[in-house]
Parts: sequence; structure tokens; C-alpha cells
Amino acid sequence: MKAAEFDYIRADSVAAACAALAAAGPGEERKIIAGGQTLVPLMAMRLARPALLVDIDGIPGLDGIEARDSYVAIGAMTRQRAAELSPAVRDAVPLLARALRFVGHVQTRNRGTVGGSLVHGDPSAEIPLAAVALDAELEAEATGGKRTYAAASFFEGPMVTAIAPDECLVEARFPVWNGGRIGAGFQEVASRRGDFAIVAAAAQVALDGGGTCTRIAAALGGVAPGPVRIAALEDALAGTRLEDGAIDAALASVGGAIEPDDDLHATAAYRGRVAEVLLGRAIREARDEARA
Amino acid sequence: MTARDISLTVNGEIRRANVMPRMTLVDLLRDVLGLTGTHIGCEHGVCGACSILLDGVPVRSCLIFAVQADGHEVTTVEGLADGDGEIGDLQDAFWECHAMQCGYCTPGMLIAGHALLAENPAPDTGEIREAISGNLCRCTGYTQIVEAIALCAARRREGEG
Amino acid sequence: MSGHGANYRYVSRKRRTKEDRRFIAGKGRFAADIAVPGMKHVALVASPHPRANILSIDATRALESPGVHAVLTGDELAAETAPLFNGLDIPEVKWFPLAVGMSRYAGEWVAAVVADSRYLAEDAAELVEVDYEPLPAAVEIESLLEPDSPLVHPGHGSNVLVRKTFEWGPVEADFAKSERTLTYRARWGRSSTVPIETFGVVSRWDPIREILDVWASIQMPNYQEQIANSLGIPTNSIRVHNDVDVGGSYGVKRGIKHTVITAYLARKLGMPVRLIEDRLDNMSGGDAHGPDRLFDVTLAFDGDGTIRSMKLRAIDDVGAYPGRGPLQLGKPITALVGPYRLSSVAYEAISVTSNKTGQVPVRGFGQSPTNFMIETGIDLVARRLGIDRIELRRRNLIRSDEFPWRIPTGTEYDSGDYHAVLAKALALADYDALVARRDAARAAGRLAGIGIAACLEPGGGNNIFEQLLNEKLEITTFVESCLMRVDMHGHVTAVMSTTTSGQGHETLIATIAGEELERDPDTIRVTHADSLEALPTRSPVASRMAIVLGGATSEAARKIRAKMVRIAAHNLGVGEDRVEYQAGTFFVRGEPARKLEWNEIASIAHRQFHRLPPGAEPCLQEFSVLQVPGASGQLPNEKKEIQLYPCFSFQAHIPYVEIDPGTGKVEVLDYAIGHDCGTVINPDIVRGMIVGGLAHGVGAALYEKFAYDGDGQFLSGSFVDYLLPSSHEIPIVRDVEHCTPSPRTSLGQKGSGEGGYLGAPAAVASAVNDALAPLGISLSELPMRLCDIEAAIHEKRTERNG
Repeated sequence: MKAAEFDYIRADSVAAACAALAAAGPGEERKIIAGGQTLVPLMAMRLARPALLVDIDGIPGLDGIEARDSYVAIGAMTRQRAAELSPAVRDAVPLLARALRFVGHVQTRNRGTVGGSLVHGDPSAEIPLAAVALDAELEAEATGGKRTYAAASFFEGPMVTAIAPDECLVEARFPVWNGGRIGAGFQEVASRRGDFAIVAAAAQVALDGGGTCTRIAAALGGVAPGPVRIAALEDALAGTRLEDGAIDAALASVGGAIEPDDDLHATAAYRGRVAEVLLGRAIREARDEARA
Repeated sequence: MTARDISLTVNGEIRRANVMPRMTLVDLLRDVLGLTGTHIGCEHGVCGACSILLDGVPVRSCLIFAVQADGHEVTTVEGLADGDGEIGDLQDAFWECHAMQCGYCTPGMLIAGHALLAENPAPDTGEIREAISGNLCRCTGYTQIVEAIALCAARRREGEG
Repeated sequence: MSGHGANYRYVSRKRRTKEDRRFIAGKGRFAADIAVPGMKHVALVASPHPRANILSIDATRALESPGVHAVLTGDELAAETAPLFNGLDIPEVKWFPLAVGMSRYAGEWVAAVVADSRYLAEDAAELVEVDYEPLPAAVEIESLLEPDSPLVHPGHGSNVLVRKTFEWGPVEADFAKSERTLTYRARWGRSSTVPIETFGVVSRWDPIREILDVWASIQMPNYQEQIANSLGIPTNSIRVHNDVDVGGSYGVKRGIKHTVITAYLARKLGMPVRLIEDRLDNMSGGDAHGPDRLFDVTLAFDGDGTIRSMKLRAIDDVGAYPGRGPLQLGKPITALVGPYRLSSVAYEAISVTSNKTGQVPVRGFGQSPTNFMIETGIDLVARRLGIDRIELRRRNLIRSDEFPWRIPTGTEYDSGDYHAVLAKALALADYDALVARRDAARAAGRLAGIGIAACLEPGGGNNIFEQLLNEKLEITTFVESCLMRVDMHGHVTAVMSTTTSGQGHETLIATIAGEELERDPDTIRVTHADSLEALPTRSPVASRMAIVLGGATSEAARKIRAKMVRIAAHNLGVGEDRVEYQAGTFFVRGEPARKLEWNEIASIAHRQFHRLPPGAEPCLQEFSVLQVPGASGQLPNEKKEIQLYPCFSFQAHIPYVEIDPGTGKVEVLDYAIGHDCGTVINPDIVRGMIVGGLAHGVGAALYEKFAYDGDGQFLSGSFVDYLLPSSHEIPIVRDVEHCTPSPRTSLGQKGSGEGGYLGAPAAVASAVNDALAPLGISLSELPMRLCDIEAAIHEKRTERNG
């Protein structure tokens, strides 16, 4: 399990990284390496064989977490472990903080990056799920300029994202919910804790002083080519007091929003049923936290 | 595809090597630098046998290319013991508790335990199990490993008290 | 008595092991750590097809790739070597290290590339062009019995490799007498021990000395003999280095095909050659899968729960290349009725070949699946009769005053107190409180269950069971030996001659030698002789080392001690019967001042012939080779009855699980185990074996499966798909020891190396079924994966609502 040959450069700026990507010859694949926790195993199995790796570790300013008015900006090179432990993330984007604990193991979170996970777009990965649930914005840079992607349209299929081959993701912006009492819930099932989820569910809710849900985000991973928002359920529950009965009724809309598949670890039918179970739990977890 | 000169600090010493970009850090440590205490179990980031400290935090050295470690600091199991056969207190606790059988996962377990205790001097059983959950052991069923890490933590606290 | 049979000085005491120090320092010496100057590296070309004719192999481009020295194909290797060993008498099933003419499973090695580095070898392996003609594959276990199943080995004419029926005791009469019968099916999924170290080997041929040096992560009887047979060179031209540390094995480190590839290449190329499996090689092509077994069972019993008899059919899918795998249907005959008082048993053993990776011996050599089959039946009988599962076991367990107890197959169990061990385990588990915990969880709407398993660990080997499946294998001894010397300065060195893969043999020998000689075990050196210097050994399989190597150690030490007594008596001018020995001093009984110290005797023995008793050989070196204790040394009688293993350890397992009904996820929250392996040599080692084996069994019960799709494509080739339990999945295990010494061994020791693995799969399955019992669900297929459990729950609920 040794990677095929490749060339390597360490970029000292985003512009340099983008220039290196842009210089790819016809049919030549050049890839950014950040933490490498997804890319390196693929290369070891020779399922990925880029001709050039552009290392963005060490580019000044590409890692870091900054709370701004309406969002928390997380640099693409920020280690997952740093985001997990960040007070800014914990306080302002509680759903993401909760999701990060489920990502791999501490050793892979020490190395893996928030940006890397987003760009790889594994259909059951936690960070993309949180990004879709919260309508994160993903800013990428190329030699020609910057472009901002909405998370909702970024994840195009299993391990396929909208980012262009010459682009470098620089920042993910997770919206901060202001107003009301906020609660987050994150649930997943895997054969072993720390594995890729078979199904993952994310919910964040805001309750007003009277306990009415003023805002809700609900999304599922592992049940479609990418993370999916369950919009009909959100519509049904916004304005309610999130009683158990209302949640259970709203879960009926999950089936129409997902397209699960069979694989080695679980059947499509399993994923479909468990998606409802876990999303129900995630919403209740978020509700109970907001009420507390 | 040209080889690169790299320089990194390994167990406190500056080491230089000329490597192809595709050489993994664990292959550099084992095959070029002769530090065979770090083991290879899966080469796809699951088993944790290749755990090392990179700039002080535990990572999998099979998921890092050696060129990425240029300029960084690495600690391996050999860095937990000194050359005279003196062993550190965590290693001693592993011996005391027989926290191994075949010894193959042991260096990675020591790295995981070492990192945990650096961050949390009084971990409970659940925290220890969490900290070593990325390191597979096929021999012990983990119980004696958890006991060893707890014993080391307790001895350190006694030593201070 | 419970507790220890004797007041030992070192045995049974908590003592640090001899081996651990090098491992904690990162100074183990594993196969992949061996660097021989000039060594070249092998990468493998694997077939992507479950079954295919190999039409051609073109290595032209691979040979042009940088750093490449050779590309070896199956045709070349088969022309130059003899086929590898098959345990069964199946001459038309030929096993070669690389596929010849046909590839028989997805992942089978078709060619081997030698290059300056593994990186370059993998580059070239991609360039080997193989033209395949894919064929339909033989996959599903029961279909393999059908005459129209695609043939894995066309020359053999069938996919059935062996089919033997046995009847021991009055089976039909017992069935006629019994008030009830119960028929069930139990399915043991394909899993294995999957050590964290893969198999690795380095071979070097010295053409001048005519010696093949082999460093390997091996755990296998007759390794050098198999290499010699295949390569056609004398065994005394092969030097296997037994001091290589083996990074876990539990039975499976049997890389004979890897060794033949490297040895052949080393001779051909005149270069040392190494093959270290990577994880993908290991999982798909390493031929290290375990039993894959379907049991159909009928039990005959009375309304009071007394079980009289069992009719059993076992089909085992051994994959494409059987090797020793099929013999795993034979060993469990030694404990075919478990710890229970059945008076007869009928057994049909069927070994079938399929287009899957080959099977090797796995921890327990077929006993763990057998124990799972038995315990599944006991639970079902309890459920059927409405008798408590523990009470039913108590009624059927052999009683402590009934030993030695002869089971129908002819084996006599040596000793035990199964009721006492079960009682200790229940006390440790705080069973009443555990029941209350379970019931409270159920009342709160959760699924919760307690598992019970009572099981035997046969120990000590004795491979005469092989003869029951293959009349040509008349192996009536399975020896182990120890050479011990006291040097001129009085230091003790003991020599063993096999590798160690975590069992702590150096500690075993030092502890027993220290006990016998009253010398501090820390001062005793233990070495692993290579196979040229070697003593007779059959390798550390079959939970046998404490028994047979331990026995040989005792024997050698007692000879040394007796000789030192003789020398002391001669020099003290008294008869031997008047000399006493205590902790390093030999003295005349009642006259402690008339004495000689240990070192003085050592010096006399080595240097002062004039002070030796007449006729005494100079120096202090003794050797012992031990036949399996308690073995008759004879072939089975006409009824196929024979004493197989000599020693029987016992375990009682009590896990507690909860199942998330929404996801089917099982959490093993608590685990108590009682165990009795006779006299414990080192308590920490025994505990490690018990708990570690148990964890391995939790994996087999819930997580681990080498899965194939219906076409025979292999789906579990990486650690992402084959799931070994982590520290999250294994609870902190509590254990309690009991000691019923074996009358057959030097210090009363029994085997413990197969450990908790022999009962944990049964126990965890029992707990899952207890949790599902309120829903009326009973599962009997391992592994019990979360999606299967959830599906069963869903189906039941749909039925009820529908």
C-alpha cells in the first residue's frame, strides 16, 4: 500500500497554491493536501493518484477561527481538533461543536482539517452535514478570484464536490443564530464509535421565550449522495412548540427526502428507518438543550 | 518526481534525509532512520500502530508523507525511553500491569496514553478508553492497558502530593 | 480446593513478565524490523475475479519498470516446487503459492514482483498484464454440496473435501428414551483473528554453506519441514530464526506460501528477499480466514431439562485452499458435548471448498464455533422448557466428584469444578443485582439482556484427531521440549525452540524453572534456538505450552536438581537421600552447617571431574522432551474412540448488554467471567489471555465478518470494512479465578491461551437473545450485526401491528 509517485510543493500563500493548481497540464491531476487524513489512504490504495500535491499547511492565515457578527469563520487549514475545542465554535455554532466529536479519533482530528473534510464530501461525514444543516458558506480562491459556494449546492455526490480543480478552499463560514434560545442535537450510528456514520442526523433549533420554535435546521447524512436538509420537516415544525407528537408526525416527511443505498454495513431499508429515528432524537436533543 | 532534502527533529535530535515525496513518515522513521519501534498495521489510518507525536500531539505516521514533516518535531516510542534502558513511568506502568502481549500495538498505545496524560492528569476510565480508542489491540482486550494508564496517572499524582 | 494447590514461591505469584520490557522500550524485533543487507522486496499481483481461467500473463512492461529484478508466475513456481501441505487426503486439490492456470478467489496471488523497494515493486505489479476468462463462482455454503455447483478444483470432482459420520454412544436409544427433541440451526460467520501485525518473512540463501535463513512472523508446527518439502531441500539446510517476535497470531500466522515465494526467489536471484503483507494483501490474499460454519443440530432431552444426546451436522466452508483448515472439524471431537453429561452424540463433519480466501487454524481450532453451537442449544432448551438458563446448566454440568469423566467420543476430562466456577462468576457479576438492572432497563423501555455461557478450553494438543478425518495421518505424539543448563558460574539458561506471539513463553519457562530450582526467575535466561540448533517442537498451538513446554521445563529442571543433589551428596559424604536443597544451598538433613552452595556445585560439575560421583557425566545440562501427558499414544479404536486433548479448562461468562431498539446497536456494558485453568503460572498473563480472547470473541459475535457478495466478490478487504473491536466496544472486564489442578501435568497447570475466545461469542449471543426475548426474537447467526438486529426488531413489530 504505497502511493504512486507524485511531485510535491509546499505553497507559502494561497496565490501560490492556486498558481500551482492552475499550471496543471491537460489530463494532469493536481491536488491540495491539507491534513491528508482522507486523501492519503486513498493514495495508499492507489484510488487517488495525483501528479502533484500542493501542501497548504503553513500558509499564514489559513488556519484560525474567528467569530464575526453573523457567522464564525473557520480557516480551511484549521485542525478538526482545534475547532472541536474552540470556545467560539462551542458558543456560537453548537451544532458543529457537537458534530466534531464524532469525527474519527483524536489522532485523526489532530491532523485532519475542517476544509479537507468539506472538500472531500464523504456522504456520511459529519462536518459537511453540519455545513448543510446550518447553510454554511464556503469560500474558495482561484487565480482568477474568489467564489463563495452555498453548502446546500456544494456536495454533488459521493466524494464529489463543486470545487473546481484550480480552486483552493480558504474558509468556511458557519452562520451564528442570534436571538432566542439555541439548542443543537447530533446523533449518529456506526458499527463502532469513531467509524464513518451509517446514518447521521443533525438538528439545531431556536426557541422564543414562550418555547415556540422560531427556527429549525434538520439534516441527514449517509442516506443520499450528500448531506440532505429535510425542508418539509423544518416547515412543519417551525412555529410549533416541538412537542414529541409534532416531531413524530413531521418525521414522516423524511422518507421522501432521502435516497439511501445498500452497502456492506447496512441495507437501504435500515438507513431509511434509522434516519427517522436519529433525526427525531437529534431534534429532541436540540429542543431539550434550548429549553434547559 | 525528484527527491527532497528534509530536516526534522526526531526525539530531540535533528535528522536529515533525502526522500521521494511519496515516502510516508512511518517508512522514513523505520527504514531510513532505523527507528523500528513505530509499527505498521494497516497503512490506511485505522489501527493506530504507527502513532507518534508530531509537534507534541498524537497522529498517525502512515497518513503523513515525510516531506510534510519537514521542519517539524517528531517523538517516537524510542523517545519515551532513553538509550540506557531507562524507561519512563508510563512504560513502567505498562510493564507492571502487563498491558500487552505480543507488543506490536504497544508503542502506539504508549504514545496515545502519553498524550492523554499530558493533557489530562487525572483521566477517568471513560476518558482513557476514549483516548486509546483509535489504537487497536488484538491481544489484551484493553482492560490491562486502561489499568496501566490509570496506574501511571495515580502514581504521578501521589508523587506530587 | 479453590485457590492454589500449593504454596509456590514464584508460580501463581504476581510477577512482571520477561518479555514486556523490550516491547515498552520499542525494542521488539519483528519480521518487518529485520534488515538483511541487499534485501529486495516483493509486491503481489492479485486476481480481481472470484473464479477465472488465467489465459496469459505478460510481465514485459513490469520487468522494464525501474528497480525490478524479477516477476514470478504460478507456472514457473509450480514447475520448481511441490504443492503445499493439505491436511486431508485430497491429492487432486493442489495448493501452490501463486495461482496456476485458474484463480480461485478474488484476491488470490497470481504473480510476485521483486524490486529494490516495496514502492517500486508495487509500481511494477500494476504493469503485469493478466488475461483472465471470468467464470461463475461457488459461493453460498449449502450450494457447495450440490453436484451442479461450479467446481473449485475440477480435478477433485466435487466441492466436498471430506464427509465423515461418527456415532459415539447409544444415540438412537437415547433419542428413543428422551421426552423431547429440539432442532435448530446455528451459523458461525467467516471471521478470523486478524493480528495487527500482518505476516512477514525474509529469506536468504547462502549457496556456499547451502543454508536457507528464514526470519518470519510464524506460528506453525512443522514449518521448516513444509519449506523443505516444497523446495525439495533437506530440513537441515533450513535455519528458521525463532527469536523473531511475532506481532500476534492466535493461530493464523502460517505464511507457508509467502515463505516458499521468498525462499524460491532468494535462491533463484541470489539476493535476500522479503515479503511483508500489506493490510490489503493480508485480508484478501493471505489465506488467513477462519471457520465459516453451518450447524444443524437436534438435541434429545427430558422435561426436567436433562439432555441425553445430540445429533449434529457441521458444514465448514474452508475456502479455495484447505491446508490444515478442515482439520478444525476434528479437534472439537475432544469436547464435542462441552461440559455437559450427554451420554451419546452423532456427528457428521463436512468440509467444503469455495471460491473464497483459504482458511487457517484460528484460536481454539474449531472449538469456539462448537461451543457457540452447544450454548445456543442449551439456551433454546431452557426457553422451550421454561427453565432458568443457569439452572438448566447446573442440571447438566458434569459434577466435580465425577472426574475423571469420560465423554462419548472417548476423551476423559481430567478435572474440574464447573459448578463452583459458575457460582463464582455469578457472585462476581452480582447476578441478582444484574437481573434487577436488566429488568429496570426493560421497564424504562430499553432492550437489555444477560448472557450465560459455560464452556471448555481443551489444552495440550494431541493431533491424533487428524486421523479421524484422514486415515493417513497417524500422528500419535505432539511433543515439546526444553534444554536447560547451569553454567560454570551457576547461571541458568533454558532453551526453547519456537517463536512467541504474545503468550509469554520466556516468563513461563523462567517461572517454572525458578520454582523447580528455587532460583529467582529474573536471573534465568531463556533463549529461542533456531531450527538448526533446535529441539523438538510443534509450536505454540492448541493451548499447549504451559502443559507440554511447562512440563518439559519441570522435567529438565528436576533432572538438573537431582544431579546437583548427587554431586552434593558425594562431596558431603552422605547418601543422596540425606541431602536437602533449599534456595541455593545443599545441606545434610539436620546438619545445616554441612553444606555446599549452588555455585560451588556448578563449578565442581564443570571443572572438577575428580569431585564428581563415579560415572557422572561432567557439566550441568539436561534435556527433556515430553509426549502429550495423558495420551495413550495409540490410534483410535474401531469405534473411533480416543483420548484427544489431556487438559480441560473451564470458563463461565456473564456479559450484560443493552440494545438500542431504534438502531439495533448492541453495547456490551459489563462482563464478568470465572475461569479455571488449573495452576496458574503467571496471573497477569492468564488474565490477559482471558480478557483478550474474550474481546476477540466479542468481535466475532458482533462486528467481524469477511463478507462476500453473491458472485463471490470479496467485500471486507480493509480495516474500514472488517471491524475489529476498539476500547469503546469492550467493557472493563472483571474476572475471578478458580483452581482445580490437573492431575496430568507437572504443577497442575492447564491451557489458557485460547482464553475467553472460546466462550465469549456464545455468551454475547446469549445476552443479545435475552435482550430480544421479550419481543419473541431468537437469533443464531454470527456476527449479529446492528442492521440484522434492527431488521428483526422491525419485522416483529410490523407483525404485531399488522
